[in-house]
Amino acid sequence: MSEVVLSVGNLTVGYGDIRAVKGISFEVQAGEIFTLIGANGAGKTSTLRALSGMLRYGGTVCLNGRDLRGLAAEEIVTAGLAHVPEGRRVFGPLTVLENLKLGAWIRRSQRAAVAADLERMFTFFPRLHERRDQLAGTLSGGEQQMLAVARALMSQARLLVLDEPSMGLAPKLVKEIYAVLREINREGVTLLLVEQNANLALRLADRAAVLETGVITLAGESAALLQDARVREAYLGA
Amino acid sequence: MVGAFACLLLVSLVPLPFIVALLAVMVITAVLGALIERVAYRPLRQAPRVSAIITALGCGLVIQNTTLSLSPYARPMPRLFESRTFEFAGVTLNSLQLFIIGVSGVLMLGLDFVIRKTDWGIALRATASDRATVPLMGVPVNRVISLTFAVGGALAGAAGVLYSQAYPVVGAAMGALIGWKAFVAAVIGGIGSIRGAVLGGYILGVVEVTTVVVLPSTWRDLIAYSLLLVILIFKPNGLLGSAAQQKV
Ligand SMILES: Nc1ncnc2c1ncn2[C@@H]1O[C@H](COP(=O)(O)OP(=O)(O)OP(=O)(O)O)[C@@H](O)[C@H]1O
Ligand SMILES: [Mg+2]
Repeated sequence: MSEVVLSVGNLTVGYGDIRAVKGISFEVQAGEIFTLIGANGAGKTSTLRALSGMLRYGGTVCLNGRDLRGLAAEEIVTAGLAHVPEGRRVFGPLTVLENLKLGAWIRRSQRAAVAADLERMFTFFPRLHERRDQLAGTLSGGEQQMLAVARALMSQARLLVLDEPSMGLAPKLVKEIYAVLREINREGVTLLLVEQNANLALRLADRAAVLETGVITLAGESAALLQDARVREAYLGA
Repeated sequence: MVGAFACLLLVSLVPLPFIVALLAVMVITAVLGALIERVAYRPLRQAPRVSAIITALGCGLVIQNTTLSLSPYARPMPRLFESRTFEFAGVTLNSLQLFIIGVSGVLMLGLDFVIRKTDWGIALRATASDRATVPLMGVPVNRVISLTFAVGGALAGAAGVLYSQAYPVVGAAMGALIGWKAFVAAVIGGIGSIRGAVLGGYILGVVEVTTVVVLPSTWRDLIAYSLLLVILIFKPNGLLGSAAQQKV
């Protein structure tokens, strides 16, 4: 049996009267890539924002066996969950380097280790190295997405949660980012990936769940879901 | 004003050396700054931006009127600094003026360094640009904002002490005019830019003094505020402000 990193039980999220997530449960195993796919408005972002402490929720979220209820968002980073938010949200008036340093905030006293990690990010994303002193707001969309991923990795969290990293990117850039995600995962970081692009996500992930209007309708090995008639019809356009 | 009064109170209780009094006042006003944030700003964090401006004006009124009820009359400020006058290259200076320029210079350079280079400075600028995303970095936003208000309070306290040595009368209303001038200086320089505010301050000071020398002194505010309008017409973001910059 492999070890469970993240365990989500009967999660509900609402905005006033709107119920965005209606009691979903899933588990993410150590070292795997788990993807949550679903159409616009399915509740993917709401789920991730609940996990990282940005939204109130019902149900339970446990990270490495520890109940996250009541922890502030910044404490959840220290607990080992880093979140690459929807739409990148890099800090535009800060340089690339400053964005990365901020990502390492919780380890800022370990200067040597942070410096080594900066170099590691620059080998993952050589473009960020060329632009290290450029303001993040002036980067292209793809470069901003790379920065958002690298910034989250700087926390050295063992679980990386990504909200649609392929959104709005050219296929070549998507490939580049996905290649890095695979590499990061090989180095032992567990990934929880949210995507609308089911084809892409299912090819990368080990296991997957399909979210439809706040409910998980299908779950299993991604290879199996790729073959599933319902998934093929609804999400792969086949 | 609070800085000047705190200084007056301190030195009338215990005869402190000037530097010690200055530091003590900065600590007091830092605590007051953080306290004001906690009580008056934090509950309005999610409210529209104009609420922050209204709460700022409200805090000013409360502090000013509290002081007024405790000390209705202006009081003389004792000289804490042995000042010598001397002439240098045809300019008459005294050592107090040099000291004020020196201390404010050190504080400005220090602030500039903290904001540009330190982790807290980076966190502060990130918070100003996207407060909602900062917690995802593990940064405690509330502590960053408290610290910002504390630093602001400390600097304002230092300004009050220095001002009350240069113009040694302290009264409840003394801060209002300085506050407006600081605001004008910040707008001239570009809201959100610290170097801009410093530049704006010096420009405003030079313009005011020059006006008084060459024109009737009653023209001073007319000229200063006209300058503000002209700058806003040609550079709406101020001299060093950039269009995209935001403020906390
Ligand atoms: N701040 C909010 N206030 C009110 N309703 C919201 C809010 N945020 C999301 N919702 C609603 O919750 C539901 C789920 O939204 P969510 O953003 O989680 O979907 P999503 O799966 O991430 O969609 P997308 O793929 O478009 O990003 C939607 O119906 C949306 O309208
Ligand atoms: Mg979304």
